[in-house]
Amino acid sequence: MSKSIDVENLDIYYGSFLAVHDVTMTIRAQSVTALIGPSGCGKSTFLRSINRMHEVIPGARVEGRLSLDGTDLYGPGVDPGGVRRQVGMVFQRPNPFPTMSIYENVVAGMRLNNKKAKKAVLDELVEKSLRGANLWKEVKDRLDKPGSGLSGGQQQRLCIARAIAVQPDVLLMDEPCSALDPISTLAIEDLINELKTEYTIVIVTHNMQQAARVSDYTGFFNIEGTGKPGKLVEMDETRTIFSRPTQKATEDYVSGRFG
Amino acid sequence: MSTGTEETRTAAEAEAIAALPSVARRQARLPEWAPWAILAGSAVVVGGGALMFGRGIGLAVAATAVVFALLTYLASRIVEGARKATDRLATILVTTAFLLAMAPLVSVIATVLANGIARFDAQFFTYSMRGVVGEGGGAYHAILGTLVITAIAAVMSIPVGLLTAVYLVEYGKGKLARAITFFVDVMTGIPSIVAGLFAFALFALFFGPGVRMGFMGSVALSVLMIPVVVRSTEEMLKIVPNELREAAYALGVPKWRTILKIVIPTSIAGIASGITLAVARVIGETAPLLIAVGITTGVNLNPFDSRMATLPVFSYYSYVAPGVPREPFLDRAWTAALVLIIIVMVLNLLARVIARLFAPKGSR
Repeated sequence: MSKSIDVENLDIYYGSFLAVHDVTMTIRAQSVTALIGPSGCGKSTFLRSINRMHEVIPGARVEGRLSLDGTDLYGPGVDPGGVRRQVGMVFQRPNPFPTMSIYENVVAGMRLNNKKAKKAVLDELVEKSLRGANLWKEVKDRLDKPGSGLSGGQQQRLCIARAIAVQPDVLLMDEPCSALDPISTLAIEDLINELKTEYTIVIVTHNMQQAARVSDYTGFFNIEGTGKPGKLVEMDETRTIFSRPTQKATEDYVSGRFG
Repeated sequence: MSTGTEETRTAAEAEAIAALPSVARRQARLPEWAPWAILAGSAVVVGGGALMFGRGIGLAVAATAVVFALLTYLASRIVEGARKATDRLATILVTTAFLLAMAPLVSVIATVLANGIARFDAQFFTYSMRGVVGEGGGAYHAILGTLVITAIAAVMSIPVGLLTAVYLVEYGKGKLARAITFFVDVMTGIPSIVAGLFAFALFALFFGPGVRMGFMGSVALSVLMIPVVVRSTEEMLKIVPNELREAAYALGVPKWRTILKIVIPTSIAGIASGITLAVARVIGETAPLLIAVGITTGVNLNPFDSRMATLPVFSYYSYVAPGVPREPFLDRAWTAALVLIIIVMVLNLLARVIARLFAPKGSR
């Protein structure tokens, strides 16, 4: 299930604008990697380039190599849709489909990709995904109710269930807790801890305590000034980044002296 | 928090509450009935006076409103102060503007009802005008004609309008999209007679001058309807949050399926009611149908062959070219107008029902 990601000299452009410059890192399988850094430093852009979601913006492209267990995700003939089915994504704000019930939301990945499956198989998938997202107990009696009727934290877990229902290898999370209250945040963080046994997880967060709590590895991105590209300053085990980072900028950022 | 501090706070609060009424009491208020009394007073004195001197009901109402506003403002200013008085004055102005806007609407409906109800009978809906020279007859042929022509116009306009809107919102970038938006805006504003002349000129090229057919009317109505459908659908598609599109893309769903399965279903309520309103907008058009379709006395259900009767044109012709005696023709004209208003009203209600039925559930 879980796969590792290798990034070599990745440059990300929007048109002629270089947004992220020269990122090289290895994201290990079955681990949580946190990306931290000030706003606008390109961590979200980098995250979205892992499942080619940044290509939704016209003119976006990358140079360099990004591979999932050795397979180049940007190789010729690679379908972005296929990449996104392998690398799932959870967004900042919970975004369940408002026209669909909880059940339909979970199987949306199957239905929308026109995969036919028997009712029993779908039922099983829904239960497994909702259990995986720690939501089964709360919603099992109202699967036919609309997904948008849930609370914010439940909606976000529904989105996680929807993402894992397509059985990806990697799960990307773009500030998944920034729109949630502390209790829902805790629920999501606990969930991330459970999910990492099965998936490779990459999470972007502005909350350094959160990075310290949930992640095994942390990458610090920084930007030298407006108009300049973002860069990966350093990446290491989370413990090391937060206790004795090698770079001055990292130390300033994690200790709150800057940014 | 210990119980002690809570008690202290409660005591402080109680003190504050005890201090409040003295402040509130200083704010004197006009009694509830005061504005009504002033209204009644000014109506009797000013309005009654105007009526008595034979100046007409319009002047009486206007004078009453002005005097009522002034008196209320003064009374409130003296008793309640400047702030409250301004509030009352603004309330009166807003309400008056509302009543002013409602007046023509109510007047139209009342007039059409009063004049049209006479012939609002079974015969009107079951008889055509074939062989009718005086009393009797009906608009059966015109009602059918209106429905046929409008239905064809809708069938042509809805797909074109819908797909144009999808192009503009989801795919359109750069010059082409800007040009389309510009021309849609221009088309929204063209007079309906121009649409009629366009259809007439177009069909004259193929069938020679003097051609009349229902389909030509449908084409003219489409010219008027397409921009309305594009505009309303575009607005509805725009308000679908981008996050939903991203959520679908992130599941590996291709763009066209995202539009078909997520974007359109999410906004279908608004799109459907927009389309219904566009139909309501063109169903009462007279000028283009006058040119393109003409009028006839009998039932003609073939939109590709000769003249057809439609409700607006039926009403128009009964009024400008009545027979002798005039009265039955005028009565039928009013009833045709009444039927048209009812059809438009039903379409509007239908739009609401559709919006309710299709609306995304939850979060309410």
